[in-house]
Amino acid sequence: MENIRNQTKIFFLRILNIPFAFLMHAIDLIMWPIQKIIGVRNMPYIFLLPNLIFFGLFVIIPLGANFFFSLSSGDELLFAERELPTTKQYDQLFDCESYLNPNTCTEDFFWRGVYNTIFFVVFQVGLMIFFSVLTAVILNKKIIGRGFFRSVFFFPVLLSPVVVGLIWQWILLKNGAFNAIIESYGGDKVSFLTDPSWAMASVIFVSIWAHMGFYTLIVLAGLQAIPPNLYEAAEMDGTSRERIFFRITLPLLMPNLLVVFILASIKGVQTFDEIYVLTGGGPGTSTSLIVQYIFTTGFASSGSVQNFGLAAAASMVLGVVLLFLTLMQLYFSRNKESKHQEI
Amino acid sequence: MSETTSRIIKIATKKRYKNKYHWTDYFSYFYLLLGVLLMFGPVVWLGLSSLKTLAGIQEYPPTILPLSQIQVDVEGYDKPLPIFNVTQEDGSVKQLAQIKRIGINAKMVDPLNPGETVKVPIDKREKIREFKIQWQNYVDPLRKYDFLLYFKNSTFITVVATIITLIINSMAAYALSIYEFRGKNFALVFVIGTLLIPLTIILVPVFYVVANFGMINSLWGVILPGAATPTGVFLLRQYMLTLPRELIEAARMDHASEWAIYWRVVLPLSIPAIAVLAIFSIMWRWNDFLWPLIVLSKSEVYTLQIGLNAFHGELTSQWNYVLSMTMVTLLPIAIIFAYLQKFITTGIASTGMK
Repeated sequence: MENIRNQTKIFFLRILNIPFAFLMHAIDLIMWPIQKIIGVRNMPYIFLLPNLIFFGLFVIIPLGANFFFSLSSGDELLFAERELPTTKQYDQLFDCESYLNPNTCTEDFFWRGVYNTIFFVVFQVGLMIFFSVLTAVILNKKIIGRGFFRSVFFFPVLLSPVVVGLIWQWILLKNGAFNAIIESYGGDKVSFLTDPSWAMASVIFVSIWAHMGFYTLIVLAGLQAIPPNLYEAAEMDGTSRERIFFRITLPLLMPNLLVVFILASIKGVQTFDEIYVLTGGGPGTSTSLIVQYIFTTGFASSGSVQNFGLAAAASMVLGVVLLFLTLMQLYFSRNKESKHQEI
Repeated sequence: MSETTSRIIKIATKKRYKNKYHWTDYFSYFYLLLGVLLMFGPVVWLGLSSLKTLAGIQEYPPTILPLSQIQVDVEGYDKPLPIFNVTQEDGSVKQLAQIKRIGINAKMVDPLNPGETVKVPIDKREKIREFKIQWQNYVDPLRKYDFLLYFKNSTFITVVATIITLIINSMAAYALSIYEFRGKNFALVFVIGTLLIPLTIILVPVFYVVANFGMINSLWGVILPGAATPTGVFLLRQYMLTLPRELIEAARMDHASEWAIYWRVVLPLSIPAIAVLAIFSIMWRWNDFLWPLIVLSKSEVYTLQIGLNAFHGELTSQWNYVLSMTMVTLLPIAIIFAYLQKFITTGIASTGMK
């Protein structure tokens, strides 16, 4: 029986293989003469070419173009029809009487986004790492049904932002399941998504719910890399569990946590889609972050005119922040590797 | 017999710390159960509710199972009326149909005697329910609205983009792992450098490039910009570095062309890494939202994610359709996860990407 199943599997794989092999043979008809002309030594350039073309077109050229967009003005997308150079966009973006009060800025929407993003990232990253570590430590114990629990915590990571947004929007409705649970315990109904003082908290909660599993998995990998003989030695000495956690687990996990912290911050600063589906940045501007500002200014043209230059300038500001975070990540992960080598 | 059983139980429940349960053990199980409720609950709740009638979904407080109220046709009324069990003043229970609710009273009629109406206080009546699955929620949107088209678009993007990603990324990884050539280090740094530039900071100019190629409102405008992924190249390269060089030398001795070595020797041996990248790519493409939202503005090219979001925006009150289509959107990924769970989690843990 097993044999027959394997044979049918192989049979289907062979059939699937036919178009693939056909395509590959066809490409070889072009590649073979090229190899004859340029020689084996130069073939790697041919293999690299498609990838480099894509990177060039969709990453490198756009990166350069972003400078031009942010340094030009006008409503047209084509460079020839834009006015440049001008620092008008940056002037407008940073035109504030006081940077601490978004109301005094010309682009108050941008500055609200900045402050909302800072608030969001601080709480989302902080709480998410706390719960990721807690979950990972528990999942690392010898518990019944570990595989099941691990996949339960991981599962939401695979859901799309639209699905996450819609599920929670519906559960957090005024007449939704969450409020029904609260009322059954004698609490009052809360407008989780339409009350400005609750909307941000709800958004942070949902975002943690959706992404926690990913970081839990990374922390779990870090926990499993801690040499077990350390624990055995501590047990022999009769060390209490609390002490083992604070003196062995946490210090050895620290380098790992730093990387997780920066990784989560990089993602957190760029958060857009779940919030866009969940609250649309509202009520008012209470949950709109920087990427939402870039998106609305550059593309969502409902009512106001699209302003590519202003969006590009805001992207540049975001880019500087991300560059700083990424360099920090590289620095710390290099440190982490060198430390591992020392051990 | 009982002695062996008790010994087995003793061994099975043996703890590292003698036989005492530490408070952290109780806390762990409590936390995990709460976690299951919170992480898995919403999705189960979504699945159950997507089978309810619209009235059942809007009911507050909600019922867990798809129980809908039984309705009957009563002579003289256009719409079918919901039936209630009503406790009479003498304590007996009678089935009545409700015409409408007025404050704390309900105007009701006996289905057997449609001529007469009675007023009943609302706390004296109780809904009669039956277990009823509303498959209509799944059929209607696929028929009436364009969800089949969205599904097709999403599938097309996912499949084509994954194939392109796998081919061009494995080609680059092959060049960067098997060969020594001038500029190799530069190319490596270049590829890794693109990791530093996420799409969110170059939205406007990528849109400009795509517009220049005339790919706005075309599925290719979604597929091409993300086809070359630095993480993919890196993942495949690390794997290909471990392949034995002798195989490649042997193939060269047999006068295989470099392209033939690539697809007949290196690719089949790299299947594990390619499978990880394939799963990631499928996940990225199926769930992608921000970029399609910018490029696709006509409903005939919508992906499932964009279509679902737009549909929800237009018909906020049609939660029954929104919930069922949300289920349809998450199902493919859920099935892949169920089959390849271990594969995905080890893939993420070893590469640190998602």
